[in-house]
Amino acid sequence: MHDLHDFEDVKIPIGPQHPALKEPESFLISLRGEKITASSVRLGYNHRGIEKACEERTYTQGLYLIERICGICSHSHSTCFVQAVEEIAGIEVTARAKYLRTLIGELERIHSHLLWLGVAGHEIGFDTLLMYTWRDREVVMDLLATLTGNRVNYGINTVGGVRRDISSKQKEEVLKAIDILEERTKYYIDLAKGETTLIKRLQGVGVLSHEDAEKLDAVGPTARASGIERDVRKDDPYAAYGELDFKVISVNSCDVYGRTLVRLGELMESFSLVRQIIRKIPDGPILIKSSRKIPAGEAVSRYEAPRGEDLHYVRANGTEKPDRVKVRAPTLANIQSVSKMLEDRYLADMPIVIAAIDPCFSCTDRLVAIHSHGDIPRANKELRGYALAGKNTIVWETLRLKGIEWYKNRGIDFTSLNEKLTKLL
Amino acid sequence: MSEEKIKQELEDKFSYLKDTVTIARKGRIFVQVPLDKFSEVFVYVVKQMRFLALSAITGLDRGDGFEVIYHLNREGRVLLNLSVRLNKENPEVNSVTAYCPSADIYERELMDLFGIKVNGIAPGHRYPLTDDWPEGEYPLRKDWKGHKEAQNA
Repeated sequence: MHDLHDFEDVKIPIGPQHPALKEPESFLISLRGEKITASSVRLGYNHRGIEKACEERTYTQGLYLIERICGICSHSHSTCFVQAVEEIAGIEVTARAKYLRTLIGELERIHSHLLWLGVAGHEIGFDTLLMYTWRDREVVMDLLATLTGNRVNYGINTVGGVRRDISSKQKEEVLKAIDILEERTKYYIDLAKGETTLIKRLQGVGVLSHEDAEKLDAVGPTARASGIERDVRKDDPYAAYGELDFKVISVNSCDVYGRTLVRLGELMESFSLVRQIIRKIPDGPILIKSSRKIPAGEAVSRYEAPRGEDLHYVRANGTEKPDRVKVRAPTLANIQSVSKMLEDRYLADMPIVIAAIDPCFSCTDRLVAIHSHGDIPRANKELRGYALAGKNTIVWETLRLKGIEWYKNRGIDFTSLNEKLTKLL
Repeated sequence: MSEEKIKQELEDKFSYLKDTVTIARKGRIFVQVPLDKFSEVFVYVVKQMRFLALSAITGLDRGDGFEVIYHLNREGRVLLNLSVRLNKENPEVNSVTAYCPSADIYERELMDLFGIKVNGIAPGHRYPLTDDWPEGEYPLRKDWKGHKEAQNA
């Protein structure tokens, strides 16, 4: 039998097309046997230049762009940004608007945590959990669609308030849906506390000690599972959180199991928050008209996104467009602890450890539309030349035809298959 | 400790910070720090005043120079924003990774997006731009309007 020490460490690149996550990032893992001895992460594959783009747009246009930083915590980013802008402009949003922002924020947390629970189940080979939670998540998605008109990018925020009010019929719908979701979540909590295979698979995996979590500035459920009782909603209350009653859920197990329990606990708190909001929401206007020009000034806004503290810095110069918009999404704060969590652990634990911080690389890299001015990835010379020739954005159809041509040149042709399919339909 | 006390402590300890500490609102303090005094203020704030958590580092182009803002917080509550101004010709700062290990990724952002030199940062991957990004192009500088070849087309 070979002695392990006869071998040098084996280096394996994982990504950027990552098999576990549906977003690009690249890990370089050093392995000795099945144990990870070192790891490094290369981010930036999702850099879209959003911060620069914001400088060339008005505050309202920027708000819609910022909402599209992430497809899951879209409301977190838009609220965080709009709060900073309102602070600079000295706009005091009405109480009803604040409650509505909080309501959407909590519903977003519910959808995000249920989504995470499903992904976590999937990563450990428990796909039934994925099917269950993603089915339940549809309940909250439908609710968000009813309240805002959209499933993902809600578009409810605007400078000075919100764009849609809630009717008493909708309030009833929310309460009904929350009852269903609470019952389902209780079932998942029982499962997480009693199902031996789940506990054994998650306990002691992806350990991040309390000290390391503090040193590396972890945020959100990742920090709270390492005993750091920190939550922007409590520490630096915004929107309506100062008037609502809720607990900050934290555990001391410092592992993936702890991160699961924290998120499950937070789901229960979110249900209670939604009920309080429905009960307490004051009457009044939802929007204050404001000037398009924002006076010179600066503000830092913080928001507890489902993944942790989201931070936006806005500097205004007195015009309709901001001078600088900086976005620090929670994943960027948490990704730095991942190397620590992977140290001296098995390779097989890697997918669940990474999934356990609930990473969102779109948020992290923020920063392309295929446009004629410079935003095209340099590697793609063909596409770049194409965009340079035209004055405007490439239309979807051109891009589609380009794709078909690209594959044809490489001997892959779907034309006959397509014809067959058309006949069948 | 309230915001007023923090302001007082900073002004007592560093006389040159008089009139540069602003309390914007509850939980938000902005401080302008002279470049040559930055290290001593930063170390004091982290080590003595226990602003141990670094939330982010923001870079910005003022036109006539750059500004770097360090967003520090204490137990998640008060956010202390230390801001330092750099000249346009030769912008450089010292790495703070020795005090805040999480600063690494934010300092790489400064290097890539603004072309600010960070002294003493450990070797590593660039972030967030691609490996074949052209030298000397810094997208968040105000005079950057897209790739040169795109502009010439």
